[in-house]
Amino acid sequence: MSHEDVLNPKHMPHDPEKATLEGKNKFLGFWFFLGGETVLFASLFGTYLALNGSTQGENTPEHLFGLELVFIMTMLLLTSSLTSVYAMYHMKNHNFGKMQTWLAITVFLGLAFLGCEIYEFYHYIHEYGFTFRSSAFGSAFYTLVGFHGGHVLFGLSWITALLLRNRKRGLNLYNAPKYYIASLYWHFIDVVWVFIFTVVYLMGKVG
Amino acid sequence: MSTATAQKRGLGAAIWDYLTTVDHKKIAHLYLVAGGLFFLIGGLEAMLIRIQLMKPDNNFISAGLYNEMITMHGTTMIFLAAMPLIFALMNAVVPLQIGARDVAFPFLNSLGFWLFLFGGLMLNVSWFTGGAPDAGWTNYAPLSTSSPGHGVDYYVMGLQISGAGTLIGGINFLVTIVNMRAPGMTYMRMPLFTWSTFVTSTLILFAFPALTVGLFLMMFDRMFGSAFFDVGLGGNVIIWEHLFWIFGHPEVYILILPLFGAFSDIFSNFSKKRLFGYSAMVFATVLIGFLGFMVWAHHMFTVGMGPIANSIFAVATMAIAVPTGIKIFNWLFTMWGGQIKMTAAMLWSIAFIPSFTIGGMTGVMLAAAAADYQYHDTYFVVGHFHYVIVGGVVFGLFAALHYWWPKMFGKVLNEKLGKLAFWPFFIGFHLTFFIQHFLGLMGMPRRYWVFLEGQGLDAGNLISTIGAFLMAIGTVIFLINVVYTSVKEKKVSGDPWNGRTLEWSIPSPPPHYNFVQTPLVRGLDPLWVEKMDGKEGMTPAEPLGDIHMPNASILPFTISLGLFIAGFGFIYQVDDTVWLIAVFAGMGITLGSMLIRSLKDDLGHHIHKEELEEDIKKGVGR
Repeated sequence: MSHEDVLNPKHMPHDPEKATLEGKNKFLGFWFFLGGETVLFASLFGTYLALNGSTQGENTPEHLFGLELVFIMTMLLLTSSLTSVYAMYHMKNHNFGKMQTWLAITVFLGLAFLGCEIYEFYHYIHEYGFTFRSSAFGSAFYTLVGFHGGHVLFGLSWITALLLRNRKRGLNLYNAPKYYIASLYWHFIDVVWVFIFTVVYLMGKVG
Repeated sequence: MSTATAQKRGLGAAIWDYLTTVDHKKIAHLYLVAGGLFFLIGGLEAMLIRIQLMKPDNNFISAGLYNEMITMHGTTMIFLAAMPLIFALMNAVVPLQIGARDVAFPFLNSLGFWLFLFGGLMLNVSWFTGGAPDAGWTNYAPLSTSSPGHGVDYYVMGLQISGAGTLIGGINFLVTIVNMRAPGMTYMRMPLFTWSTFVTSTLILFAFPALTVGLFLMMFDRMFGSAFFDVGLGGNVIIWEHLFWIFGHPEVYILILPLFGAFSDIFSNFSKKRLFGYSAMVFATVLIGFLGFMVWAHHMFTVGMGPIANSIFAVATMAIAVPTGIKIFNWLFTMWGGQIKMTAAMLWSIAFIPSFTIGGMTGVMLAAAAADYQYHDTYFVVGHFHYVIVGGVVFGLFAALHYWWPKMFGKVLNEKLGKLAFWPFFIGFHLTFFIQHFLGLMGMPRRYWVFLEGQGLDAGNLISTIGAFLMAIGTVIFLINVVYTSVKEKKVSGDPWNGRTLEWSIPSPPPHYNFVQTPLVRGLDPLWVEKMDGKEGMTPAEPLGDIHMPNASILPFTISLGLFIAGFGFIYQVDDTVWLIAVFAGMGITLGSMLIRSLKDDLGHHIHKEELEEDIKKGVGR
């Protein structure tokens, strides 16, 4: 396949993300990468579960967490996953403009989530004096939730870079795989959050 | 750019070529040289350990330096010598064995190498900046969290960086093997080395992230005041042990499986028979890989997990002996009735079988949890794991290097010198480590700086040290052989061993696109199938046409360099916050390079049909 066919394809296939060998490799390689990421988060969850009782008698999960804010954050992130699905739907229909719009909405929702998380951390530190260093539970909490937050930040930067880089040239067989795996990444972040919501916040409040 | 044109443009251009290369064959050279150097450093550390233990109450090196030696010997040999040398083989051979022109992610392949190298350099810089890591290669907390100085910080940052490179390499080979196989190369026609690379890469993918997390926790505890392993604040030191061994046990299979694959190819080739029990071999490889994740806690029998956990992990561990036994018998049956040719590669392979079997047997002994209370942390364990790692991995590396050297460099390593290197190493190996089992049973603990006189340990330790010198002599002869071969030996054809698999169907060293035309695979041992049909070389699966190849790039180097700089920043910001500048500068270089990679289109280039026809006329392509 010549460069011209990749950058300006005369005919867009139904799965533009897997039309080239590079695209197929990216697609499969990224799934493998997410497999590794799963082990990474599993290790962090394991550590958290081992240490979530080590609060040194103060700032316990029940005492700290407020489910209202966490509910809003969950809604924001779940909705952002939905909007990224819409974006991929439009990619498969070769509607570049709508894809960009839905991804921009995804970024916006992700930013709102991140804002809430920063507020949450700020709140714990300033209202309760609950920090990364105050107990083993503190270390485990900020590390697990912070790793997820770091992933959100990286995902937002990545999708934003894609949106800006390609805004003038439309969809082609070179950038379609990039969009696709960025959206895979975003779904993964969302799935991890579902587990954080359950294991950290729900179990912390009721468990 | 081919090597020939690079050489014409002088040394500077050649260095630039290697800094930016994305060609799997050149990356194999880089891994080989870097891994070889670290192997020598690790070997030197081993010699110092053995000299210190040569006689009772010796004070050849100080106690502190001794701790640094054992830590760095283990860490260097596992992460910086064995793994990169294995990656050298994988890079040199796997794409050729499956009929591919390159790996799936050439850019990431290069990134993996540079991350490993900078991680390895980082670890070794510690020798010059106030002391190397000294908490053992397992780096258990709280010994590691309370170790003074920055040694352990170097361990954490160095392994974090090189571990990222390994993970990337693993994903690359997985996708290469799934997506890049030539037409007709079905899974059950893949050579065993490719199969074992596939399984190994899966292990890397699922094992390394656990180490990543363990290292992050250690980093946070040591550099940012968190309390994961600080019992005073509710921390739990056993978490490190679990994370380390969830990674660490699969790691030993990551080390041995590729060489199991290499041995399979070597036995089959030099016995002139197809591998006995091919499908059983594949099955055993996959089963070992799977069980490898179920046994990590057998390193922790004495921690106090309780009898039920100990029993489960003991039984699971013993179960691994079954697929391994299947392999041993299949190798023996491959040789049975074959036309065996006793090359140096074959010598190392045959020596591997009894050596590794002894290591496997002591492994089953150690797996008996109740008995392990006696063996734990004694020289019995040291003897055991050196039998499997040296008797398996190092013998395997020597065998595989002899076997694939002509494919990598176009010359067969001198056979006489090859065999001359083998004997002192082989005898020295058994001399060094066999006696250590008994030293351990007599109660000599591992990691001790000195032992006392008159406890029956003197003779054993002296014998062990003599053996170590013999191994060093064998290694030196091998190095002499490398130099001798490159100067004196003649170029050979692409198929010096009358090979069976695809890599032997193309010239040595191969052109940078490997295959002029992608070959059509018609069975297991595809080249042999064609030879038996009276054909010369493979049948092409496609007409001669333009070949698409990836572009070279300096970005993998700069990404890794950035992390290297940031690593120092992280280590020293504890003393002085000025070092945060290094953190930001380093991360800026890394993230900036990643951003350039993301924004700048890189579509690769084409080698045109006309150039290929020229190459064929010159005899390069066939």
